[in-house]
Amino acid sequence: MSETAQTTIGSAWVYGDNIDTDILAPGPYMKKPMNELAKHCFEAIDTSFAVEVKAGDVVAAGEAFGIGSSREQAAQALVELGVSCVIAKSFARIFYRNALNLGLPALVCSEADKITKGDQISVQPEQGIIINHSKNEQYQCEAIPEQLMEIVRAGGLMPFLQNKNKS
Amino acid sequence: MTNVLKAQTLAEKIISRAANVKSVNPGELITCKVDNVLMHDSSGPRRVEDRLSQLNAKVFDPSKIVLVSDHFVPATDAESAEILALTRRWAKNNGITNFYDMQGICHVMMAEKGHLMPGNFLVGGDSHSPTGGAFGTFMVGIGATEMTGVLATGEIWIKVPESIKVNWQGQLAKGVSSKDIMLFLCKHLGVNNNYKVIEFAGEAVANMNMLERMVLCNMTAELGAKTGVIAPDATTLEAITTAGKTFPGNINDWQSDADAHYYAEHTFDASQLKPQIAAPHSPENTDDVDTYNNVAIDQAYIGACTGAKLSDLHMAAEVLKGQKVASSTRLLVAPASASTTNKAAADGTLEILTAAGAIILPTGCGACAGMGAGAIANGEVCLSSTSRNFKGRMGSPNSEVYLGSPYSVAAAAITGVITDPREFL
Repeated sequence: MSETAQTTIGSAWVYGDNIDTDILAPGPYMKKPMNELAKHCFEAIDTSFAVEVKAGDVVAAGEAFGIGSSREQAAQALVELGVSCVIAKSFARIFYRNALNLGLPALVCSEADKITKGDQISVQPEQGIIINHSKNEQYQCEAIPEQLMEIVRAGGLMPFLQNKNKS
Repeated sequence: MTNVLKAQTLAEKIISRAANVKSVNPGELITCKVDNVLMHDSSGPRRVEDRLSQLNAKVFDPSKIVLVSDHFVPATDAESAEILALTRRWAKNNGITNFYDMQGICHVMMAEKGHLMPGNFLVGGDSHSPTGGAFGTFMVGIGATEMTGVLATGEIWIKVPESIKVNWQGQLAKGVSSKDIMLFLCKHLGVNNNYKVIEFAGEAVANMNMLERMVLCNMTAELGAKTGVIAPDATTLEAITTAGKTFPGNINDWQSDADAHYYAEHTFDASQLKPQIAAPHSPENTDDVDTYNNVAIDQAYIGACTGAKLSDLHMAAEVLKGQKVASSTRLLVAPASASTTNKAAADGTLEILTAAGAIILPTGCGACAGMGAGAIANGEVCLSSTSRNFKGRMGSPNSEVYLGSPYSVAAAAITGVITDPREFL
């Protein structure tokens, strides 16, 4: 077990299908610095998220999470706000790559809809396990392939490549 | 698997060439060399400059980079002006000669300037990069960190996708366009065709000009697909020639094999398709125009890579000729490129639009990306020729965007409510 494979534990924020990139990173704020833009994450459907989300919290959602634009800020806003992972029934492909490249685990789980708001969640991305401590349930998710977990563990593609440069 | 005789789809053939292997199988991870890279002012230099220096890396081949300033143009405040200035400086410092500064929307510039060649493998820092597939090109959208890697190495790994073939037989009726086809497909195929390539074929597609074909591939992004492709033909070659380039290959090499395997195949009758309208807040919420008849609109918007090319302006002009925009609404038109504006001025299209009361906006991504002129207020309703109607996409989180063809947007501008455009044709 590598040193960064510890599970994360956090409260769940729960949303539905087709959470798009404009909800995560609204266009009118795209020219702002990341910390400003992140304040508007989820604003169109939930104004409490960016204010109340805590470091380590988890976002759970339905199908096609991150659909829409290629804007990496959609995933980066979640990282900026301290979200430790996103669990969804499926992800839009560009968002999925962006998330892993930024060190944000994106877990594909067909049982994502069993999670309700505020559930205490921990995840083991390598093993493909999600534990719902509040409901005393365990869900299977698709394990992130080892070659991609190396990037996630490093904290994203940039630190991964920098480490590689050093060695 | 190196069986030379394995039947392949067009997408598989392009990926095989880019990966320098004889054939590929869906699901395998493979590294491809990119033939060209597209970047724009929003996801480009401002997002990769620092990262490239952190990696101590340089652009792998400046001649293979196409850079377009289209999102924050023209600058509306000091922040957007800084982004454009940074983009210009980066282009200069990195020797990027294919730099189009405020000349048009990136996907349209790629076509106008001849950067799309059949059989080529491209990546773009924009989700509508699949637009390039209209030229028999395989082109996918990526994010900025991924782009940093591509700029440094000239390569990217991809998971080989399966293809879905979509045939459109027959002819589209008057007043119905490729935009209607794509809204219809968003409803019928859904918006979660993850890791799939949509290959368009059939008589209706073969009869389309390149600008109309680009709409098909452009909106495969809304289908949630990896990309879209259309096999090249004489129309493709003519567009490349018009762009001042010559295709050095043979288009016969870039056709799907007759017995290639598809994940699914769908056939539709183009002649039966009615104008389509997508209701808020997803392109999936599409139905025939009659379903939304009489929905009042505050703004009619013709813009973006999807909906403001020369063919789109022609559609709008056909409807608006001799008509007036209703006093209860406003019609904004943001042509997709400077050359589009120029041609529309020369052929009388702009005169028809402005005589009807249209307001002409600067070229660029504009209100479609929620960045430029044409934003909408709390409670306002817009019918737009663009591709996305996500909540808050064009302004206030409490505004509503309907999507339709340029014909439908023009018709609604005249009546002030969503209207079947065929009434004006």
